[in-house]
Amino acid sequence: MTTQHAPAGLIGASVLRVEDPVLATGRGCYVDDVQLPGALYLALLRSPYPHAKITSINTDAARKMPGVELVLTGADIDINIPSPVMIPGQKIPPHPALARGAVHAAGAPVAAVVAQTRAQAVDAANAIEVEYDPLPAVVNAEKALEPDAPIAREEIDTNICYRAVNKGGDVDKAFAEADHIVKMHIASPRQVAMAIEPRAAAARPEPNGDLTVWLSTQSPHRVRADLATSLKFPEHRIRVIAPDVGGGFGSKGPLYREYTLASYCALKLRRPVKWTATRSDDFLTVIQGRDQAMTSELALKRDGTMLGLKVRVVANLGAYLCSNTAGPPQRMMAMAPGCYQIRNVFVEVLAVFTNTVSTGPYRGAGRPESVLNIERLVDKAARDLGIDRLEIRRKNFIRPEQFPYKTATGVEYDSGDYEKALDEAVKLSDYDRLIRERDEARKRGELAGVGVSTFVEPSGGAGFESGAVRVERTGEITVLTGSSSHGQGHETVFAQVVAEKMRVGMEHVAIRHGDTMAVQQGVGTFGSRSAVMGGGALALAIEKVSDKARRIAAHLMEASLEDIVPAEGGFAVAGVPEKKVTWRQIAAAAYGRMPKGMDPGLQETVFFDPKREAWGFGAHVALVKIDRDTGETRIEKLVLVDDCGVIINPMIVEGQIHGGVAQGLGEAFLEHMQYGEEGEVLTGTLVNYAVPHATSMPTLTLGETVTPNPFNPLGVKGVGEAGTNGAPPCIANAVMDALAPLGIDHIDMPYTAPKLWAVIRSAERGKK
Amino acid sequence: MFPASFGYVAARSVDEALELLAKHGEDAKLLAGGHSLIPAMKLRLASPQTLIDIGTVQGLRGVRVDSDALTIGALTVHADIAHSDLVRQRVPALAAAAGVIGDVQVRNRGTIGGSCAHADPAADFPVVLTALNASFVAVSSSGKRTIAVDDFFVDFYTTALGQNEILTEIRVPLPPSDAGTAYHKLANPASGYVVVSSGALVRRDGSGKCIDARVAIGGLGGKPFRPAATEAALRGKSLTPEAIADAAAKAADGSDPDDEIYASADYKRHVATVLTRRALAQASGFKIETSHPQNQR
Amino acid sequence: MNAERAAISLTVNNVRHDATVEPRELLVYFLRDRLGLTGTHVGCDTSQCGACTIHLNGRAVKSCTILAVQANGAEITTIEGLARGDELHPVQEGFRQKHGLQCGYCTPGMIMSSVYLLKTNPNPSAEEIKHALDGNLCRCTGYVNIVESVKWAAERMRGGQKAEGGDVSR
Repeated sequence: MTTQHAPAGLIGASVLRVEDPVLATGRGCYVDDVQLPGALYLALLRSPYPHAKITSINTDAARKMPGVELVLTGADIDINIPSPVMIPGQKIPPHPALARGAVHAAGAPVAAVVAQTRAQAVDAANAIEVEYDPLPAVVNAEKALEPDAPIAREEIDTNICYRAVNKGGDVDKAFAEADHIVKMHIASPRQVAMAIEPRAAAARPEPNGDLTVWLSTQSPHRVRADLATSLKFPEHRIRVIAPDVGGGFGSKGPLYREYTLASYCALKLRRPVKWTATRSDDFLTVIQGRDQAMTSELALKRDGTMLGLKVRVVANLGAYLCSNTAGPPQRMMAMAPGCYQIRNVFVEVLAVFTNTVSTGPYRGAGRPESVLNIERLVDKAARDLGIDRLEIRRKNFIRPEQFPYKTATGVEYDSGDYEKALDEAVKLSDYDRLIRERDEARKRGELAGVGVSTFVEPSGGAGFESGAVRVERTGEITVLTGSSSHGQGHETVFAQVVAEKMRVGMEHVAIRHGDTMAVQQGVGTFGSRSAVMGGGALALAIEKVSDKARRIAAHLMEASLEDIVPAEGGFAVAGVPEKKVTWRQIAAAAYGRMPKGMDPGLQETVFFDPKREAWGFGAHVALVKIDRDTGETRIEKLVLVDDCGVIINPMIVEGQIHGGVAQGLGEAFLEHMQYGEEGEVLTGTLVNYAVPHATSMPTLTLGETVTPNPFNPLGVKGVGEAGTNGAPPCIANAVMDALAPLGIDHIDMPYTAPKLWAVIRSAERGKK
Repeated sequence: MFPASFGYVAARSVDEALELLAKHGEDAKLLAGGHSLIPAMKLRLASPQTLIDIGTVQGLRGVRVDSDALTIGALTVHADIAHSDLVRQRVPALAAAAGVIGDVQVRNRGTIGGSCAHADPAADFPVVLTALNASFVAVSSSGKRTIAVDDFFVDFYTTALGQNEILTEIRVPLPPSDAGTAYHKLANPASGYVVVSSGALVRRDGSGKCIDARVAIGGLGGKPFRPAATEAALRGKSLTPEAIADAAAKAADGSDPDDEIYASADYKRHVATVLTRRALAQASGFKIETSHPQNQR
Repeated sequence: MNAERAAISLTVNNVRHDATVEPRELLVYFLRDRLGLTGTHVGCDTSQCGACTIHLNGRAVKSCTILAVQANGAEITTIEGLARGDELHPVQEGFRQKHGLQCGYCTPGMIMSSVYLLKTNPNPSAEEIKHALDGNLCRCTGYVNIVESVKWAAERMRGGQKAEGGDVSR
């Protein structure tokens, strides 16, 4: 990082993670590690067809196989995965836990087997005979809108799930007055989240009729609600535990069919039931990201002033709606104008069903698509108008004095200084030298390009978050947070906040999360919301508990409330530092003898909803070189400047950026979930779906600016998705800059070597 | 993730393995390193009834020099070939190829015999061994025979080995002192397997003229491809960068690769010429430059 | 087909185990389910992710691609066998010092591969570390701090004073 952090306290310090000794020694407990005596195992039989009627299912042989305790098909149960109505009028076709009569995506579960061992369950599932009558399938969302396209969900008469529009200003007038209009079609490739831990569920029925379920999930409370709905089982009698969770990136947000089935089978058999996905299961049924096609126009004056923006997004939802499937296109709409003052905007989203895996939030969740869209348009505008790409951005940035800034799409950006972030990125990258290096390489006949992206990124939101602070009888502090962690280090970061604000050592603070029995209603960890929302709730809960503690302290020290001041480990009387009480002493009073008029206890719970998101931002710069012979790209320089407001733990923030950038580079060069002409899955394992390895990573240069969030008690904004939001658009611009001399206007990611080589060769042949 | 049930027996000698093969017939497969077979069995793409484990057989590991050839036991793991001083000094291309198979962990278990017997069209050993004019020693109940590499690899997953034959040794002729060898690979970024690779053995005389060239290319078909036009274009010529480039430009002539998910046939044919140029240049003693991209494996 | 269970005997983290296993039982499940050593993880089904990496007879291998029967007679070290009581192995400490883990799922395999690297290459460059970890996938960290962690550990294991520890990252 560019700023040397030497904070006085814990907030701002790169404290090493308290989680690490357990995880680094292999003593973490992920769902499949949970030992449940007497557990049975669930396996699913899945459809090989993307779209088919089921004409018969024969489970006779399976039922007789060794160890088999239960065999189910869709005819045996009436269990569905709930889909909320996110947009009025949206179509919501059924999402059954086991297919009923038809399947609409390859991988849809058709039958379930519970047996004594994992292998026996798989053996029996393979012995179930299913006859299918294949139906025509459609996998491409834009093709699904064509008049003669097959209908993906034959239960409804359309492929359109919903149409939504977001507009502001007068777009027609803006375009009429424009000197220049840039048009582009950009497809954002479908991505697989690939958390290294596959999904898993372990369900145990309790003797009193309750249900305990360990789930690899990012949102224990929300998943519990959906589980209760799908099982028709009282929500408050379900305990969901998210133990250690091996990554999520958005993909472990929703309720999955298998989670419900494991729970159902456990209740039915009155035995614990475990289910662990294979990687192939996950490729076929975990929500996938992106797959939005954007047709856009940007209207400008000759001098580069942006007047208007029109975007038509065709979003591929897949076949089945998961709880958050409809989300990312919405997100894309709201931030379409990016960090620019574009007062006339029209964004239309057509969300479309196809016979593919469901989509949903994946690190960025609509933000990367939005940034990609506007940043490619801006680069093209700069090229068309002969204006420097940095100048055109600077000219149109929202200015610091304009915040809070209400965009034409109706959202309010809380704070920002986009010029500063760009200046920092220019400085760190030695931008002018990069341009010279590029130009010299071009003189030698090489393909070299420089790319920039400047972007905003919303974080937080999605409802409220909860935090409770309890001073224990012993004076130790327990925090209950709805922000369950799956790699973000909340147990460390939140402890830093508590320890500093309550003036105790971190070893006296325990952060509890991921258990719906222990933790009050929460929402969960996704959308880069934990520092903002979980941290915000925590900060307010600390204040409330401190208020009560001060009053107890005043009573204990027989001083007036105004004279009570914070002290190390507790409170003191102003000017009389030896008159001090510790948290332990205050707690002893709180759980022992309280004065008249004060209730016992020392615990406060806050449900925090600032009703706005926190708008982080950044600027990324890259220099790339493309090998004409092979189409392979080398990243010579990659600079990432991000502003996430106040930084609680710089080390963890950097780690989040590294991880996001890696996934962003995957999106830019490697990753593409592909289907064949007939809808068959082509990239269903890691043999064909390429993710970054250690050798994929170039050197990263990180920088930051800090623009505190004025609407948050900690001044923080999110950062988890910064890498995926800004890096792919930056790389796209760099690659396109490298290819510009060949007259190539735009190609979509991923920029695999064969794709670039073909485009280069085609352009070179065209020139001859 | 869970193979179908099978029977298992560990052989203690090659003779015992041969008896077991005869006894169990077509439904039995030999298990060596298991790094081609077990992944297939986990996905239930292969479900043999019986596995005969020859990993337990002694005497089939190791690299040694035997008169004018390197003799490699069929159960020698890739890592040991990649790190062998003998191989690195005497046949560098073989060590280079062994060193780019899979990853560290795979190289610690996968065996050269297993790889050759499996004959995956996207494997490295078949290509480099073809360039090096290797031969394969196979043992059956009727005795021992030696199969030349040009006869050994027949097609996708098909070799000249009979059902009841066991590969025990691979012999690689030691390149003469006037020869250079090289192996270059473009790997699939997902699987790490060969998209295209090129192995070359070039002999040159004191004046820099090519006495002989042997080239093998992977990724263009079911078995390693010998670019006859390239080899013919080099023999007797002065080994200059231009001559090498001209010869390499013909590397895909006569091949007919398929399009695949990652790479088109056109791409593979083109990259074959690029990698062949690099392999020939290196084998001829020139220093070569590559662009060192990061998203390559 | 005779799918009889086979008797095996092996040493895991210096403890001898005798067991009977189905031939099809993978070593990773034997370690996890039978011996309760759940630190070795399963992350894929095509032998690529490396989350299952252990040491077998001194070599780093993927335990998901080895049958338990093939490990008969072997000496195995898993992630649980590295630390001495509360004292972390230098590689584990390096991962802590340099924030080389986030969700922790790939970490045991990553650490086992790193320990193996440092056995034969005590002073690896960043490029050498990246190549040595080519068989270990991580989705959280972007690998950047993993490389730093291994470098820290290498320095510590070479007896370097520069590799200081603490509770706050430098």
